[in-house]
Order: sequence, then C-alpha cells, then structure tokens
Amino acid sequence: MAPVLELRGVSKSFPGVLANDNIDLTLNQGEILALLGENGAGKTTLMNILYGLYTLDDGEIFIRGQEVDIHDSNDAIEQGIGMVHQHFMLVPVFTVTENVMLGVESTRAGVFLDRETAAKRIREISSRFGLQVDPNAMIEDLPVGIQQRVEIIKILYREAEILIFDEPTAVLTPQEAEELFKVFRSLVDQGKSLIFITHKLKEVLAIADRIAVLRDGRLAGVTTPKEATEASLAKMMVGREVILRVDKKPPQLGEVVLEVENLRVQDERGLRAVDDVSLQVREGEVLGIAGVQGNGQTELVEALVGLRKIESGMVKILGKDTTHALPREITEAGTAHVPEDRQQDGLVLSFPVVDNLVLNTYYLPPFAKGISLKHDEIEKAGLKRVELFDIRTPSIFLPTSNLSGGNQQKVIVAREFSRPIRLLIASQPTRGLDIGSIEYIHRRILQKRDEGCAVLLVSPELDEIMGLSDRIAVIFEGNILGIMPADEATKERLGLLMAGIQEKEPAAVVA
Amino acid sequence: MAEIAVERKALFDRKRVAFGIVLLVMATLTFLLLPARSEGLTSTFVLTSRRGGVAIEAPDLVLSTWPTLLVIGLVLALGGIWQAIKGFKHSDLTVALGVGLMIMAFLVWAARGASVNLTGIFVSSLVRATPIALAALSGIYSERSGVVNIAIEGMMLMGAFAAVVVASITDNMLLGIVGGMLAGMLLALIHAVLSIRYRVDQIVSGASLIILALGTTSYLQRAVLNLNPELNQPGPAIAAVPIPVLWKIPVLGPVLFNLSPIIYTMFGLLIVTRILMNNTRWGLRVRSVGEHPRAADTLGINVFRTRYISVLISGAIAGLAGAYMSIGSAARFNEGMSAGKGFLGLAAMIFGNWNPGGAFFGSLVFGFFDSLQEKLALLQVGVAGDLLGMAPYLATMVVLAGFIGRSRMPAADGQPYEKE
Repeated sequence: MAPVLELRGVSKSFPGVLANDNIDLTLNQGEILALLGENGAGKTTLMNILYGLYTLDDGEIFIRGQEVDIHDSNDAIEQGIGMVHQHFMLVPVFTVTENVMLGVESTRAGVFLDRETAAKRIREISSRFGLQVDPNAMIEDLPVGIQQRVEIIKILYREAEILIFDEPTAVLTPQEAEELFKVFRSLVDQGKSLIFITHKLKEVLAIADRIAVLRDGRLAGVTTPKEATEASLAKMMVGREVILRVDKKPPQLGEVVLEVENLRVQDERGLRAVDDVSLQVREGEVLGIAGVQGNGQTELVEALVGLRKIESGMVKILGKDTTHALPREITEAGTAHVPEDRQQDGLVLSFPVVDNLVLNTYYLPPFAKGISLKHDEIEKAGLKRVELFDIRTPSIFLPTSNLSGGNQQKVIVAREFSRPIRLLIASQPTRGLDIGSIEYIHRRILQKRDEGCAVLLVSPELDEIMGLSDRIAVIFEGNILGIMPADEATKERLGLLMAGIQEKEPAAVVA
Repeated sequence: MAEIAVERKALFDRKRVAFGIVLLVMATLTFLLLPARSEGLTSTFVLTSRRGGVAIEAPDLVLSTWPTLLVIGLVLALGGIWQAIKGFKHSDLTVALGVGLMIMAFLVWAARGASVNLTGIFVSSLVRATPIALAALSGIYSERSGVVNIAIEGMMLMGAFAAVVVASITDNMLLGIVGGMLAGMLLALIHAVLSIRYRVDQIVSGASLIILALGTTSYLQRAVLNLNPELNQPGPAIAAVPIPVLWKIPVLGPVLFNLSPIIYTMFGLLIVTRILMNNTRWGLRVRSVGEHPRAADTLGINVFRTRYISVLISGAIAGLAGAYMSIGSAARFNEGMSAGKGFLGLAAMIFGNWNPGGAFFGSLVFGFFDSLQEKLALLQVGVAGDLLGMAPYLATMVVLAGFIGRSRMPAADGQPYEKE
C-alpha cells in the first residue's frame, strides 16, 4: 500500500536562506512520525509547505500515491491535512463551537449559523477520541491544555487524516503532555496518521514510531526509538557530539545576595501576578524557578530588576533595599539580567552588535568621557567580547537583527557577564536556541555560579531547571508552592506543583 | 482559574458600589432641583406633535412640579441604596433607567410654570441621532473586520456633497442617495487599499482622507456650486413617509411611524447588522478576521477579501449618513456640514461595545442632549440652567466609564494583516 504521505525532493528557500533542501519523507498509515531538529532546521517550514502556508520551490507531494498541489490551507484541508500550530489559532472571544465550525460552518438556509448541529458533532468527536470539552465554553476561559484539545477537535471536525502537531508540548505541564500522548495513541488507533514536530529528545523516544531528524534544512536521517538514544539523536541534530548533562561541582555557599520578602506585583491588567513571594539566593548557588509560562514569572523578574512597579513587599540586593530602585541602580548594584524576550527587552535590534555589547556601561569610563562616547574603546571591547564569547557575526557593525537567535543571546550574555556581577537573573536564557548554544549558555551560567555569583534562573523547561539548579522553587498563579533541594526534585513532583496541586493533599494523589 | 474568578468578583463588587453611588448622586442632584417656592407650580408636557399633521390629539401631561421631583428623587435614592448594598440583577439597565429618571426630573424642573413639547423632543432626538447612528454602524462594519476607520467623517462629507450634486442634476432623490453612497465607497476603497494592501497606519490613512474630503468638498463648493447654484438645489428635503394607520397613534406615531425613509432604513440596518454579525456565516467570518486574522487564514478564510468588503460596506453606510444630512434634511450642501457627527458616531460605537444596539443607544443619548439644549435655550432657563444642563452629561460620562470598563475592541482592530 502507498504511504499516506510522501514528500520527494522538497526544497524551499527564503532570501538568503535555504530552509528546506531536497527533503524526502514518508508517513505511513497509523503511525506517529516525530520530526526532530533544532530551531531553524526547517521543521516548521516543511510543515507549513504541507499545510499550504508556503509554496514549495521544488519537489513533489504525494498523498496515498496521488501527486497533489497544495497552494493554500484550503487545499491542505481538502487533502485531509490538519495542523495544530505552536501558537494556537483560536479566537479567544468565540465559543468552542464557533472556533471549530469557522470556515466550515453548519448553516440553516445557507446563511444562518446552526450552532446546535455543530455542537452535536463536536460532542461526538469528543467522546470518540477522548477529548472532553464543553462546546459552549468561551476559549479565553479555558486553560491551555483544553485549548489544545479544541485545536485537535478543530482539525478532526474537518475530517483530517494526517495531523501535524507543531511543538505541542511547549506550553504544557508534564502531566498535560502525558494526557496529550494518550490522545495521540487514541488517534493512531483509529487510523489517523501523525507528524509531531519537536526538539525534545525524551518525548520523541517515548511516543514516536519513527523519527526523522532535520539539520540545516536537510534530512539528517530516519531512525526508530529502538535504535536511537538521546545521545545519538542529539548528535544527528547537531552534527557533532554534544554533552547533554552539564557536570557541576557542589555549591560553595556564601552570603545572601538576593532577598525577597512578601513580594506582590500586578500585571498590565491590574490583576495580581505575583502574590506574596519570599525567597533568598546565596552566593554560589543557582535557585531555579520552575512553572508553566504565564504564572507570574515575567512579572516577578521585571519587579526584581526594576522594570515593574512593586505593589508591596521588599527586595534587597546585598543588604541594600532596592524595592523602588531604578533599573540602573539595580544594575550598578551588581545585577545582570538576561531577559525572557531577548528581542524585545534584551537588545536594540536595529543597533549594531558593538553598541548592544555596551548598552549597560556605555556611560562609564573607559567607554565615555564626560558627555562623549569613546568609539575606539567601545570597538576594542566589542571585538574582544565577540571573540571571547564566540559570537558568530561577519562584522561588529552589523545590525544585531541580522544575527541568529543563539548569537543574539550570546551578545546579551557577553554584555551582562563582561563586568563584575554578584547576582545573575536569567529568564528563559535558552528559549528557542539550538542544542549547541544551550550547552554553551548553560556552561557560562554555571561558571558564574562557581565564581561566587548568585543565580536566579527562571525557565519553563524542567530539564534546564533540574540540570542547573541547586535549589528549585515552583511558581503557580503567582505563588511559590514549594522550594526544595535539587536532588529531592523529581519530574513528577515538580509537575504536580506546576499544575497547582499542593503536596500532602489526599485529593491530589488521586488526581 | 480560581484567582480569575476572585478578581472578576472584586471587579463586580466595585462596579456594584460605584453604580449605587452614581444613583445616589443623581438623587442628590434631583433634590437640589426642588424649587424653593413652588406652591401649585405645574410642569406641562405637550404630547401632541404638530409635525406632519395631527391625527389623534393626545392630552397634555400636567405634573405638579414639587411632588414629582420629590418622588423621582426618592426613587433614585432608594434605588441607589439598594444597588450599593445588594445590587440589582441588571445593574447596567438600572443605571440607564436612573439616567432616564434624572433627565425627566430635569425636564420637569425646566418646564415648571411652562410647557414643553415632549413628543417634539423625542422626534428631534431621533432625527439628530440618525446620522450619528449611521456613522456608528459604518464604524462597526469596518472595525469588526479589523480596520480602524476614523475617515467616516470624511466619507459622510463626500457622500453629502455627491448626493446633492446627483440629486440636483437628475432631480431624483434615490439616485442622489446612491450617488452619496458611491462617493463614500470611493473614499472607503482608498482607505482599504492603503490600509489592507499597503499596510499604511490606519489612523494616518483615515486622517488624511478626512483632510482630503474636507479640502475637496470645500474647493468644489466654491469653484463649482457657488458659480452654478442650480447644482446645489436638490429640491425640498426628503419628506417623511407616514406608515398607514400606525402614524396616528398618539406619541408613538410621530416618534416611530412618521419618519424620513432614511431613518426607517437606519432601523432596518440596525436589525440586519445585528443578525448578520451574530447569526450568519459571513458575520462569524468577519468577526474572526477582526479578532485573529491568522487563525481565520489557516482555516481558509480570505482575510483580505473579507476586510475589503467590510470597509466598502462601511463607506456605503457613511455615504448614506452624508446623504441624509444634505438631501435628507438640509436640502443643500454646506461646507463642513458633517460637523463632527462621524466622530460622535465612533464614540457611540465604542459606547455600544461595537454592537449595533448599544451604538444606537449611544447615538440616541447624543441626539437627545443635542435637542434638549435647543429646547432649554427656548425656555430661557438661565445661567443656573446651563450649569445644571451639564448634570446629565456628567451622569452619562460616569455610566460611560462603567460601560467602557467592560467594552473590548476587536483584538486585531487597526493591525494590518500580513501573510507569512
């Protein structure tokens, strides 16, 4: 029997980049194919071609042996291809039913919406695939995990046979991810075929039937979970040996550097985002803050570095009260900040690399004298830092926007680490980076720790938190639900806390 | 989740108390209106409209000034206390009713020892509200699809001009209206191409179109209309069309069933728009494009086409509003005759949370105060009256703040869409 889907020699280039280079891929009926690769390896591009969002430059697509042309998402839907995007494509102020039926509305007299018929079909799909959801609920009231179910229902409603999932676990707790994998199984059991895009090695080994690895736009190989190991997959992804686990020495604890007491902070909408948080970070240790994104991490970090007004509570850095200090005062107190959104808050993208490298010290000697900048000193420092931190750029005068994500992050790290610091606040320091860069950033952070710097690490990636931290705190809806030594933390324990399930609650054990 | 619920409840409590206080303030103002010497003073409200012929005479409504004001004040006060402590089920409606009572108290006070034609006020409120409501509807079509349209003011002006010229030449009012709508659509097409195709900032595009319309019509009036006065003579304003039998009902007849065909059309558009937006396939798609265009695109909905159509409809309705102002009521074109009605329409649209019903209510409020001012000037209420005349506006603003707190514009309003 012909495979459900076959790609032959698919190529796609964007100005200056060959995103997909002559890729061959097959998907068999009823299997889960994992598409593994680093960011920028071309996974999403390939799937967007399949879904009609991009048009391929070269190559052919076959569905059940028939060559097809896919020009837009309508063609893809017609061919039975459905996609769950990384950023959900749901209208927050529509109900589940309205979102699902949009584009293929059931109507009365061809004009008026027939919500009842659509809701009935949604209930059928829900019960058939184990995707419980209330068709009349408003999307914005639903938690992320349920919203994802709505996305899946949306494509099943269109009778998709080939389901593509783009990084579906990025926004889920480990338990929600487990739930999702059960849904995957129930989908393939009923004859659907799945492509699952990810960069998480553990997930691939746990759930996939076959694994295709992309590297630099090319197919690096196809394997199965039986033949592969984490190390072998990482090598295929990166093209060289990668040390996945960073070795760290036992912490040499010193004095308390960061002290937070009963901190309360509001978000933009005036709702309380950080609620009564107290914590301490000492010299020479990494305190990791785990939690699903959007539980107050952003607001917590912004409050600590002076970018957000503090409602009540106290922040002390090295014994000095910085609760209402200006960002520059906090910086000068010896704080380095690696922000969560590097393009928004970390860099001035239109500035050349060299200027971004001195954004926090340009006004001090040797870079400034009086009111004038000393460009030769700035250039000299720029060249040195680019070399020292291995920033790959053809020139230090290139706008920073031209650099890859990993190199942009290295610019921030180089800037923040190139002056004496006592406290490092790093928020999702490896978000969207390739394994090579992740490894590099992790080594640098631990190096700072070993030099006696206090490190506060905020990340939704449990592997990162568990790999680097000496102590781990879990944040849920603005509360710290528990702080534990890293060696007592397990994925399960953290995962439950991340879902807001407190320890020592009997009901929680059942759930 | 629980936290959100708590926050929502807190918000709800705040609103409950705030609305209660609003009612109490209105009660206080009403008590302040109680005249010192009012023995036997009465306020007379004439309910028979002389406009368009009288069918059935309605008796005048004669109220004793002092007791009426006292009763209204007490009702407002008790309502306010109840609202602040317990809260009414429909607090928005309660406050709207409160505003109505407050306005009534104000009228009773203004008409003490004199008479006011109440039906006349209602009719003129509706007449004045019509261009505002049409502008608001125009805004709803555009903004629900995600295109901010501040150029409605300019589209109205172009529509008013074109309607006069076409009606003068063809001697046909219907063709005049069509001409006005086409002129509005022409401007809308420019706005659509600029903001959808070329992704120009929609405020910039809208503002320049207003200036363009103002300049063009002023120039053409001086260069063409003033030299050829016959082009600015569309004949008498479009006459009211009484609906058989119904128009004879006292009060309701003149207010609802003896109106210009354009006002009937406005009512029709209100209903059609509501159904179209909420209950049809096309409306769902328009709203999805205005909220999350990328999502709509991935489901095979043509974002660009949907936005073009919506903006063109918006232009047509704005043109109709303009035609109503020129050939529908003024019977000629005057420079800058849209006089900010397009902007008031946008305000009414926001007040109504981008829904036709609410937008119409907002337009009525504006229309009512507009006509009230005129009546008060005739009654010669005096300086104190001018100051007190602000009270209803103040109350409205507070209520507006209460509504605005909840109102939410389409998420992608004003954001150009770009395919990846």
